Amino acid sequence: MAIIKKLKAVKINQNHLLGIQDLSISDVNKILDESKKFIKLNKSSSKKINLLRGKTQINLFFEPSTRTQSSFELAGKRLGADVMSMNIVNSAIKKGETLIDTAMTLNAMHPDIIVIRHQDSGAPNLLSQKVNCAVINAGDGRREHPTQALLDALTIINRRGKVEGLKIAICGDILHSRVARSNIYLMNMLGAEVNVVAPKTLLPHSIERLGVNVYHNMKKGLDNCDIVMMLRLQNERMQGSFLPSAREYYEYFGLTPDKLASAKKEALIMHPGPMNRGVEIDTTLADDINRSVIREQVELGVAVRMACLKLFCKNI
Amino acid sequence: MMKKKYLINARIIDPKNKIDELGGIIIDEKGYIESVGKKVKKENLPTESEKIDLKNKIIIPGLIDMRVFVGEPGYEYKENFRTLSNAALSGGVTSVVSMPNTLPVIDNVSMVDFLKRRGRDKSKINIFPAATLTKNADGIQMTEFGLLKSKGIAAFTDGIRTVQNPQLMSRIMNFASQSESLIMQHAEDNILSNGGQINDGEISTRLGLQGIPSLAERIIVERDLAFLEEYICRYHISQISSKKTVEIIRKAKNEGKIFTAGVSINNLSLNENDIGDFKTFLKLSPPLRTENDRQSLIEGVNDGSIDVIVSDHKPEDEESKRLTFSQAATGAAGIETLLPLALELFHNGSIKLEKIIATMTSNPSKILGIKKGNLDVGNEADICILDINKPWIVKQNELKSKSKNTPIENRKLQGQVLKTFVKGELVFERN
Repeated sequence: MAIIKKLKAVKINQNHLLGIQDLSISDVNKILDESKKFIKLNKSSSKKINLLRGKTQINLFFEPSTRTQSSFELAGKRLGADVMSMNIVNSAIKKGETLIDTAMTLNAMHPDIIVIRHQDSGAPNLLSQKVNCAVINAGDGRREHPTQALLDALTIINRRGKVEGLKIAICGDILHSRVARSNIYLMNMLGAEVNVVAPKTLLPHSIERLGVNVYHNMKKGLDNCDIVMMLRLQNERMQGSFLPSAREYYEYFGLTPDKLASAKKEALIMHPGPMNRGVEIDTTLADDINRSVIREQVELGVAVRMACLKLFCKNI
Repeated sequence: MMKKKYLINARIIDPKNKIDELGGIIIDEKGYIESVGKKVKKENLPTESEKIDLKNKIIIPGLIDMRVFVGEPGYEYKENFRTLSNAALSGGVTSVVSMPNTLPVIDNVSMVDFLKRRGRDKSKINIFPAATLTKNADGIQMTEFGLLKSKGIAAFTDGIRTVQNPQLMSRIMNFASQSESLIMQHAEDNILSNGGQINDGEISTRLGLQGIPSLAERIIVERDLAFLEEYICRYHISQISSKKTVEIIRKAKNEGKIFTAGVSINNLSLNENDIGDFKTFLKLSPPLRTENDRQSLIEGVNDGSIDVIVSDHKPEDEESKRLTFSQAATGAAGIETLLPLALELFHNGSIKLEKIIATMTSNPSKILGIKKGNLDVGNEADICILDINKPWIVKQNELKSKSKNTPIENRKLQGQVLKTFVKGELVFERN
C-alpha cells in the first residue's frame, strides 16, 4: 500500500495500448516496472486500492474469453475502478449495429478506459479513433495481444531476471496467433533471440521479416532454448484443412519430454491458455511444477493489466 | 444545331492516328470532327469565325474507362448516372464500360433497355454496358451472348466475380466466339483468395489480416490462356496486379496468343504499404501488392503486355467503409482522378505521355470495337482539353462522385482536365 502511494507519475508515450509495435522500449520498461509493484499487492490479504476510484472501465468483448476478460475485470476492480463487462457476442452487433456506433454509444457514457477484444484485426485502432478515452487491446484478430506478451515477459523476468540474451522458441499455430506476433515484437525488443517452430501451413507469409529464425523441426527449433512457448491450435479459426490430424500434429509439433530434451535442462514451459492437452502439449509437462509456469502467467497477468490500466488511464 | 467550333493553338495528341503536333480542331454544327491537326490554324480559318485559343494546352480524345461501377439500378445511394457523368467528365472520361454488378445484375435483355434509357436521359457520357457472363453472376449458367450483344451489350464479365468452374468457362469461350462477344475476366481463384483482405506478404502478417496470394490471380489467367488455345475468342483480362501475371501475359503474347489485359490505376500508383493503419479506402480487388509488383506492372504497360489502364471506379458510401478492415467494402472511387493520377507516371518518368493516353483511348477503342477514343475526321467530337502541368491536391469533398472513397486523399497531383466535349458540346468546364 505504502509503496504504491509514493509512486511518482509515470508517463507513457502513447494514449492507447493497441499493440507492442507502437510501444518504445522505455514504455515497455515502465509497464513492467509498474507491474512488479502490483505482484506484491495481489498476494496481500487486502488487494484493493483506490488508484482508479471514480474511473469507469468498460470491457468490450466481441469474442468469447474467460481468462483475459476476468483478468481485466479483476485488475480494474483491485484498482478501485467501476468495471462494466459487456459481451457483445450476443448483443447489439447482432442487431446490425456497427463497431463505430457501439463505440459512440459507449463514449457518450464517459468511460475512462475501454478494453476491447475483437475478431477483426485493427478493430481497436478503429475504436481508438472514435472515442475520447484510452483504448486497451485485449486481442484483435490475428494481429496483437499486447498484455499477453507483457505478462509473458514479466513471467520470464520473474524467473530468469531478464529477457535479454535468452533464446525463446514460440511453437505451434503462428499463422492464426496474435499472441505469437506480440511476443515476437516484444521479445525481440527486449533482446532475446526468437525461434518460431511450426508446420509450413501454419506460418504466415514472410514471418522471417519480423526478426525470427524459422524451424519446421521441433527438436532443432528447441535446441538450447531457455523458454518454450507453446501456442494453442486454433481450430475455431481454421477454415479448410491446414493439418492432416491432431494426431499427426502432436507427433511432430506437440511438446513431449523427448522433444523438450533438446532445450536447456532448466528451460521453462509457457502457454497462453486455454490448453489442448494431448494436442500441442503433453499433459504431464503442462502440470510439471518444475518446468511449467503456466499458472504463474495467469497470476502475473492481473498485475500487468493493473499496470496498463493505471498507466494508460492517467494518460488521457 | 450548334455553332461551328474552332479550337486553335493546341498540342494535339491522338495515338490512333499517331498525331502529336501543334494545331487545332474544327467541330461542325452537328458535333462531328470536321478537321484536325496542324492545318487548323488562324491563318487558314475564316476571319469572322469565333476561335477558341487554347494557348498550347493539350487536346486528346475523350477517355474510355473500361471498368466502372455505376450503382444503377439498386445502389443509387452510392452512385447514379448523373453523378457518375459529372465525375467522369471532370476527369476527361467521355465513355465508360459499366459493370453489371448492380441489383438486379445485368444479365438479360430487358435490363439493357433500362440502362440505355437511364444512361441517355441522366448522363452526358457514352455508356457501353457490360452484361454478366453467367446468370446472376453466380457462375452456373451462361447468359444469352448473342441476344444481349444484338441489344447493345459491349462486353461480358461477371465484374467483381470470376467464373470458377473450368468446364463452364471453356464452354463460355467456345460459345461466345460465335457472336464475337468480348469476354472480360476478373482473374481471381475464389478458393485461394477466400477470406483474404490484402496482399499475402509481410504487411498482411504484421496487420494480422489474411492474405490474398498472387497465385489466386495467376491460376485463372493461366487456365483461361490454356482454353484460349482451344477456343479462339475475344478475351480480355480486366485487371492484373502481380509481377508473375505480367510475365505470363508477356510470354503468351510473345508466343502469338491474341488477347488483351488491363490494369487499374490504383495498382500502378499505389502499393500495399499505403494501406498503413488499416485504411479501408485502400481495400481493393485485386489487392495492392508490393512495390516490386507495381514496377512490373509499369514495365508491362511500357512493353505492351498490358493494353489498358482503368479507374476500376467503385463508389462505396461511408457506411460501407467505416467498418473494421475485414468487414469494409472493397473498392475505390477513381474515375475523376484516373487521368491526373496516370499523369503522375508521366511526370516521374515511368511511362511516356502518348502511351498513357493510348491505354485510355485508342487501345480500349480497339478492344471494344467502337468509334471512340480517337480524333478521326467524321467521328463525334468527344474530346478533352488538358493542362498537363497544373498542380492540385485531391480533396474528398471536392469530388463530384456521390461516394467519396478516394484512395489518394491529399495527394499532390500535376495535370488537370480543363474542358470536356461530348458530341461537340461543351459539357464540362473547370472554373
